[in-house]
Amino acid sequence: MIQSTNPRFKIPDSIMKIIQPVVRYGLTIILALFLFAGILLSTGNNPITSYQDLFTATFGSAYGFSEVIVSMIPILLTALAVALPSRIGMINVGGEGQLYLGAVFATFGALAFKDLPTWLLLPLMVLLGILGGALWAFLPAFFKSIGLVNETITTLLLNSIAPKIAGLLVFGYWHSPRETNMTPNFVEAARLPTFFGTRIHLGIVFGIVLLILFWFVMKRTRWGLEMRAIGGNVQAARRNGIPVAPYMLIVFCISGGIAGLAGMAQVSGFYGLLIPNFSPGYGYMGFLISWLAGGNPLGILLMAFVVSVILTGGNMLQITIGLPYAVINLLLAFTLFVVLARPTLPKLRKGKTA
Amino acid sequence: MSLLSLLGVLSSAIFSGTSLLYATLGEVVTERSGTVNLGLEGVLLICAATGYGVTITTGNPFIGVLAAMLTGGLVNLIFGYLVITRRANQLASGLAMIFFGYGLSSLIGKPFIGKMIHSLPRYMIPGLENFPLRYTSLFRFDLLIYLVIPMAILIWWLLYRTRWGLGLRAVGENAETAYASGRNPGLIKYQALFVGGLLAGLGAAHLSIAFTMNWAEYMTGGRGFIAIALVIFSKWHPLRAIAGVLVFTGAVAFQLLLQVSGVNVSPFLLDMIPFVLTLTVLLIWGGTRKHSAPATLGRVYQGTE
Repeated sequence: MIQSTNPRFKIPDSIMKIIQPVVRYGLTIILALFLFAGILLSTGNNPITSYQDLFTATFGSAYGFSEVIVSMIPILLTALAVALPSRIGMINVGGEGQLYLGAVFATFGALAFKDLPTWLLLPLMVLLGILGGALWAFLPAFFKSIGLVNETITTLLLNSIAPKIAGLLVFGYWHSPRETNMTPNFVEAARLPTFFGTRIHLGIVFGIVLLILFWFVMKRTRWGLEMRAIGGNVQAARRNGIPVAPYMLIVFCISGGIAGLAGMAQVSGFYGLLIPNFSPGYGYMGFLISWLAGGNPLGILLMAFVVSVILTGGNMLQITIGLPYAVINLLLAFTLFVVLARPTLPKLRKGKTA
Repeated sequence: MSLLSLLGVLSSAIFSGTSLLYATLGEVVTERSGTVNLGLEGVLLICAATGYGVTITTGNPFIGVLAAMLTGGLVNLIFGYLVITRRANQLASGLAMIFFGYGLSSLIGKPFIGKMIHSLPRYMIPGLENFPLRYTSLFRFDLLIYLVIPMAILIWWLLYRTRWGLGLRAVGENAETAYASGRNPGLIKYQALFVGGLLAGLGAAHLSIAFTMNWAEYMTGGRGFIAIALVIFSKWHPLRAIAGVLVFTGAVAFQLLLQVSGVNVSPFLLDMIPFVLTLTVLLIWGGTRKHSAPATLGRVYQGTE
């Protein structure tokens, strides 16, 4: 349907390299918004005023904009948790479960060691969060490496188990004296610092630093080279003496750790306590973002921002026009549909993992 | 623990397993043609909401079931357009279908939350008339439950005893060869997806119309994922899928049994049982099943031009 990114007219390659993705992402979003307008119309809403609401809620005020950044933090990290293993041909759809385990482990730290000073407690929670996520990723990666079962279906099943673990611990052991469905508020020492009087917390720094690190490792180090070799052709990589199986195991665990960090950031930076079912599918959104961006670090940042605008604006729409919040998933789905329906563009092929 | 509660557990486990078996059979058909529909969870949600809504608006549960089936077929055709015509990656398209399902089903189902329906009529198992009513009332099942095993046999017959099934399996094993022998792989994959969608719709309809008799957001609670796992367990074979669902049904029964016996176990722990068991079953038998997967499963058929 869209062929306008065809570089038929002569523009220097360097400029084209910047323009092309911008045009591509832009057209994708516009087409998805157009499709979603159909849904809004069918529910008796005016799409134009709805979209106006969506944009004023997010870009119209400094507060709205800061909320976009806040909701960007977890999905930036979970997207990275998908992009990293996709470079070696592994598919991590388990971000959701890893996020929950990270949150659970971090909460354990916050509740058990609440007397520690901040400089000790926060790093401990970060480590615990990473450990929890990595553990949840280790299981499928291990089972795959010994040839038992593919990582896709195991991670999906583990996704269904993880929130129940959170529920079990919160309802059974950790709940506050007054409310049974959440833990008590974390002590101040267990909270990630926030900036500028908004709800933006240190998690955004985690996300951006890791994103840069990801880019650096992939482009500038031997590990990145070897990982790209595995992603390109497993057989050839193996013959060249690259230890494929350890790479798969370690990379998958690291990616699980990143998703776990997202969970830790969410409970420590955003909520300040643990609620079961706190994630509206951040893990799956990470998959979507990484896919839309083709695993490209800058693209991930861009798409995470776009998805956050949709999520934050969707919150607004829910209040103003009374649609259920889950409907915002449709806008995400349409965005993905549009991208998937034209996989012949050269950039997108890169992200292909199957 | 009384006999009554034991029988009650058995009865609910049968109700709970039926929708899963239909969904699993549907996924067997699609995967046999070489397409993995990871978005089964989303498809089930859309069908459950549609079936429930249509049942309320028309007052006739059978029309609701038909509507759910048709919806399943059509939604799967959208998926088919992405993965067959546009040759998109199947896993990502499946994820997109999950999002689509979450969103669309909550939109469709919203007006019907908390409304009552006339469920499918239930019939007693023949031959139980002489037993006391308090026991037999637990064994009054609707038509979809009685039809689920015959349906598995029908799907087996379709896949293994008809030309259509042969062609379908051939496409799943090697689309190029199937094309060379005069089949149309794209068309067959579409047909497989449509049939799979009909079956998924049937399962979802049973879930919302006959079993829970209400609509709630995210009501399928991971059944779609369990079904996909059971397909692997069943070696992509419709009759073995029955065994797979029995494992799940056993897990549900065990879960309910613990609940009624008054053992003080967290409900969250109980809810994990089906997933943990499915995972365990996969781990024990998954590795030996790789060779029985359709050879081109999950791969994009690039056409032969």
